Amino acid sequence: MKILVCITNVPDTTSKITFTDNDTRLNKNGVQFIIGPYDDYALARGVELKEQTGGTLTVLHVGEADAEPQIRKALAIGADDAIRVNAEPLDSYFTAVQIANIARQENYDLILMGRESIDYNSGVVHGLVAEMLGISSYSPVMKLDTSGNTVTIAREIDGGKEILTANLPLVLGCQEPIAEWKIPNMRGIMTARTKPLKVVEPVSVEEMTEPQHYSLPAPKGACKMIPASEAGTLIRLLQTEAKVL
Amino acid sequence: MSVLIYIELDNGSIKKTSLETVAYGAKVAAQTGGQAIVLAIGKSHSDELEKAGDFGAEKVLHASDEKLSHENSMAYADILVQAAESTQSKIIILPKSGLGDAMAARAAAKLKAGIVSGVTALPETEGGFQVTRSIFTGKAFSTVEIKSDIKILVVKKNAIELDESSVGTVKATVETFSPQLRDADFQATVVEVEKASGEVSLTEAQVIVSGGRGMKGPENWQPLVDLANALGAATGCSKPVSDLDWRPHHEHIGQTGIKVAPNLYIACGISGAIQHLAGVNGSKCIVVINKDPEAPFFKAADYGIVGDVFEILPKLTEAAKAIK
Ligand SMILES: Cc1cc2nc3c(=O)[nH]c(=O)nc-3n(C[C@H](O)[C@H](O)[C@H](O)COP(=O)(O)OP(=O)(O)OC[C@H]3O[C@@H](n4cnc5c(N)ncnc54)[C@H](O)[C@@H]3O)c2cc1C
Repeated sequence: MKILVCITNVPDTTSKITFTDNDTRLNKNGVQFIIGPYDDYALARGVELKEQTGGTLTVLHVGEADAEPQIRKALAIGADDAIRVNAEPLDSYFTAVQIANIARQENYDLILMGRESIDYNSGVVHGLVAEMLGISSYSPVMKLDTSGNTVTIAREIDGGKEILTANLPLVLGCQEPIAEWKIPNMRGIMTARTKPLKVVEPVSVEEMTEPQHYSLPAPKGACKMIPASEAGTLIRLLQTEAKVL
Repeated sequence: MSVLIYIELDNGSIKKTSLETVAYGAKVAAQTGGQAIVLAIGKSHSDELEKAGDFGAEKVLHASDEKLSHENSMAYADILVQAAESTQSKIIILPKSGLGDAMAARAAAKLKAGIVSGVTALPETEGGFQVTRSIFTGKAFSTVEIKSDIKILVVKKNAIELDESSVGTVKATVETFSPQLRDADFQATVVEVEKASGEVSLTEAQVIVSGGRGMKGPENWQPLVDLANALGAATGCSKPVSDLDWRPHHEHIGQTGIKVAPNLYIACGISGAIQHLAGVNGSKCIVVINKDPEAPFFKAADYGIVGDVFEILPKLTEAAKAIK
């Protein structure tokens, strides 16, 4: 099986988010970047399926060179090779066009990515890519098994889950518990250094959206403390003061 | 020029979050001088669908077919595009959900439309089309200009207040919409659907009572469930709780779980890690119960009680029963 896993390069989940240049750029100072946690699940399951089926796994990132440590980490976890489309991922549409362009050349059986990136939280790239390729997509996928050309998927729906079978090729947006996150071992880290990382230039895309500026939410007011002995009075406060009951 | 609004149905009824989307779409229609037209897919009744009129919709297109009984973003997106074309809509609005995002994505690729997901406020339509959306899981906002001719907005819960002024008494006209369905959209076979029946769903809930590792074990959940029942609330949990299988996975709230935006979120024995907060920062009011006065969750809370959850929960339940 030929597998493509698309990864994002995003601030660590504990990062404090601030902006610079008149609130037009993310302040990357002191921010630790990681592979998106959902993409990390996709990668982990991708590596397992590659091993089970004796297939290949390519990792793809649309973004700038500062993502290379994260791409190397994906190689250390088990991807065979990597492609980086050398462009700032401007919006979901732009990113999807780049991914679809690579996918068209390579005919992957399975394209895996996270259900959403944790920077923009859009959750639309898998659907965009699949439509551009004219194939089906499912998200958020919590369980994935393959048997020949058929896959069995469990995906989350509002308040429950749905189990379905579908035929390859497919694009899937992944989340836990599809697999456990994998930590690269020493051998993986050593071999990752020499695995191929191809850098390609982006194809041009019509500009759909143009970023204007960023802003931060208003600071939260103080927390009103209620003594444990008077816990019951909270309910009345929620009703009459906060007006949420 | 019309605004097309997709609404989600749950057992034939319009989801509450979708009514909000209708009100949002009607305001955008008023701003841009168009008609607000709603699309509903799946089994329902005219007397239910005409309620969209109360929230500002003029017309509801209703597509229903046995084949459409399962959520199918491919087929649904096809129908959305056909509805947009037949109503000549240039603005398409959907509620933020897995299905809403998937349909919006497919429709955007078909229509070559700019798509913005996670919208938190009405657009600025004076001399352009600017929308603001939530990014970094609620930690910041981004304002973007949509430049394409057709624009697709996926709107988050609480993007507008559903106050009295957004609720009218005009019924929308309901029309049957008969789209063309493509076989290619139905290649998958749904084997099984597991839905927690009768429970309040987390994304729709007005009140959520949520438990963390401080609940000590699955056998201790009853006092939390009792409070939830007394308040008509849904139940949620932190990630370790679902990882340990104390509670089902679909209750996991946070950055890597469900993002919720209830009026009231009550956190019991949850420390308030940043990844958990990311899933609840859309809540209007947060109550934290924790025995550790230094628990970080108190910094994000509106009301706090320092103490043992197992002593406090029964007191709250008693008080909640008294007001109902
Ligand atoms: C990439 C990544 C993604 C993550 N995503 C999520 C996510 O989506 N959602 C999520 O929740 N977490 C997530 N986490 C995990 C997160 O960092 C925390 O570990 C987790 O939220 C802690 O859960 P908790 O508060 O239930 O447990 P703990 O941190 O163990 O806190 C338990 C709390 O209960 C209190 N307590 C104990 N006994 C009592 C008692 N008797 N009465 C009252 N209080 C009591 C304690 O004082 C403590 O504050 C993620 C982590 C990573 C690295």
